[in-house]
Amino acid sequence: MASIHIEALTKVYPGDVTAIDALDLTVEDGSFFALLGPSGCGKTTLLRTIAGLEAASGGSIGIGDRDVTTLTPGERNVAMVFQDYALFPHMTVTDNIAYPLRIKKVGRSERAAKAADTGEGLGLSALMDRRPGELSGGQQQRVALARAMACNPSVFLLDEPLSNLDARLRLEARTFLKRLQRDLGVTTVFVTHDQSEALAMADQIAVMEAGRIRQLGTPSEIFRRPANTFVANFIGSTPMNMLPGTLAGGSLQVGGLEGVDAVAAGWVGPDAADGDVTVAFRPEYAKVDADGPLVFKGTVDTTESLGASVLVTARTDDGQRVQVVVPEGAEPEVGAVVGVAPASGRVLVYDAEGELLSP
Amino acid sequence: MSTSVKTSVGEPATTPATAPRKRPTRAPARTRSVVRHLALVAFLAVVVAFWALPMLWLVTAPFDAHPGLDVSWPDWTLDNFRKLSENPYAFSSLKNSVYLAGGTMLGVTVLAALAAYSLSRVRIPGRNGILYGLLLLSSIVTGTAAMVPIFQLMFQLNLIDDRSGVVLVLTGGLLPAAIFILKDFMDATPKSYEESARVFGARPTQVLRHVVMPIVRPGLATIAVWALVNVWSDFLTAYILLRDPAKIPAGVVMYTFYSEGGQANLPLISAFSLVYALPVVALYLFVNRRYGFRFHGGIKS
Repeated sequence: MASIHIEALTKVYPGDVTAIDALDLTVEDGSFFALLGPSGCGKTTLLRTIAGLEAASGGSIGIGDRDVTTLTPGERNVAMVFQDYALFPHMTVTDNIAYPLRIKKVGRSERAAKAADTGEGLGLSALMDRRPGELSGGQQQRVALARAMACNPSVFLLDEPLSNLDARLRLEARTFLKRLQRDLGVTTVFVTHDQSEALAMADQIAVMEAGRIRQLGTPSEIFRRPANTFVANFIGSTPMNMLPGTLAGGSLQVGGLEGVDAVAAGWVGPDAADGDVTVAFRPEYAKVDADGPLVFKGTVDTTESLGASVLVTARTDDGQRVQVVVPEGAEPEVGAVVGVAPASGRVLVYDAEGELLSP
Repeated sequence: MSTSVKTSVGEPATTPATAPRKRPTRAPARTRSVVRHLALVAFLAVVVAFWALPMLWLVTAPFDAHPGLDVSWPDWTLDNFRKLSENPYAFSSLKNSVYLAGGTMLGVTVLAALAAYSLSRVRIPGRNGILYGLLLLSSIVTGTAAMVPIFQLMFQLNLIDDRSGVVLVLTGGLLPAAIFILKDFMDATPKSYEESARVFGARPTQVLRHVVMPIVRPGLATIAVWALVNVWSDFLTAYILLRDPAKIPAGVVMYTFYSEGGQANLPLISAFSLVYALPVVALYLFVNRRYGFRFHGGIKS
């Protein structure tokens, strides 16, 4: 068990493609850490560089109190579970789980005992003599996890751990992985492009874009207060409402409404500079036909059922799209004129560069 | 061809349903389809006979007391095999063939596996160009066209009338195609297998032994059998590079089975043909049973 310290890490691929750009990151000992971002943001490269499968072009990586920047993957005492699991097809489940021990020259009988022990913990006892081809996706994943656990690593690295499971199994595996990580207490870093996976499983999330970390925080921090418009857009199963506005002397003008005192509402600090801003709020944090400092009048365009709730899309008179999630059965008719009112404490204001102004 | 088979097979199934109403107009079409069917059967029969007759000769002539060049019910005897066993070079030539084929197979499989793995995993500028170049040249190197320079080369190396020289030339000739085929197998093997082993601390040789080789085993088996069969049936290389009748392989020795009068010694040739053909057939069956050409699949995709 160990923490991970990354300083000024840079990875440049041939052809001057910068995958990781002077990145600093500390992963606390025992935490369940998510690297989240769209494809091509460098999250998998970062994971592979921690594993030692990619050589760093600059900067350093430390695991525990060791600098591992130039060590081979085998010397780092990490275990990686690949997206496709990479179980050796010609070996039985027992041989697969025992493979790390075979490399460490552990005797055959001790290996088998340890494999049986680890396999039992993951409910694999009945499958130990099968080959990977004879297992279901969920079983393969558990074998891959057992193989990673068998060598008692100080860090687990999981590359898109849920992407190869079907939707139903994915939810089960999510709960299972979270409990397993908590029981083992091993520092775990996983990569995902699915924000809901990251929010559900991780203790800490790093949202990445173009080789940099755009926000680092707990799932609730990232969900409630995205630090910039990139994170705001990326997080949440329904996209955040983003409306252009202007700020002048603390007064916020947005969506054709009368100016609102944004300082008094606590949306911006008293010394916020004047200029163009973006006003953002989550559809989940708004109500239809309620009172509030901001009420956007609009015509209902579409209603989409989300199961227990309904996503209502309205268009304001100046053509802006405003979405709101209402309880099932409470949705207005299409064509009705409604007022969409975000809860005052949930309104966020971003400056022209997309950085959060709200204190 | 396949479409005509399809229609002629499909026709009987569809006609009963439509026949009662459309009989007057359907009748000529039906006759046409029957004629087409018969023509196809006749054509296939000729093709089958063309391929089957030599095979029939191969299994009947060796047991005929007076084998000719035609296929007939044999006058059963094992005398031809007795004559064959008395021939001084028949048995030694088979041993030579085993030596040449085995040596070449080993060389081609090992070298091609290592080369294909490197070419598949290491990025070299112009890698595909190198491969295509090799493949193109290889068809010339084993071919008749390069026989004179190869003879010269072997002469300079003092490898004329040396079986190792033949192994060397044959290995060189088969390698490019073998590398090309094996590289395809290596390319199709996901890198995550190897990376997984590397993270657990496996050294490159361990990765190769524990992971890569077992996974590409069907490819290795293919190459091994292919090389073996190629050398077993080789004539020209051994014929040109070997002098001593005690060193020549089975493919060449048959060329010496003539009677004193210059007539082809059919009893000897027919018996030897069978003996010569059987090991390859046996090998093929064995490899297919033992290794098969299947892939277990440990990748969830």
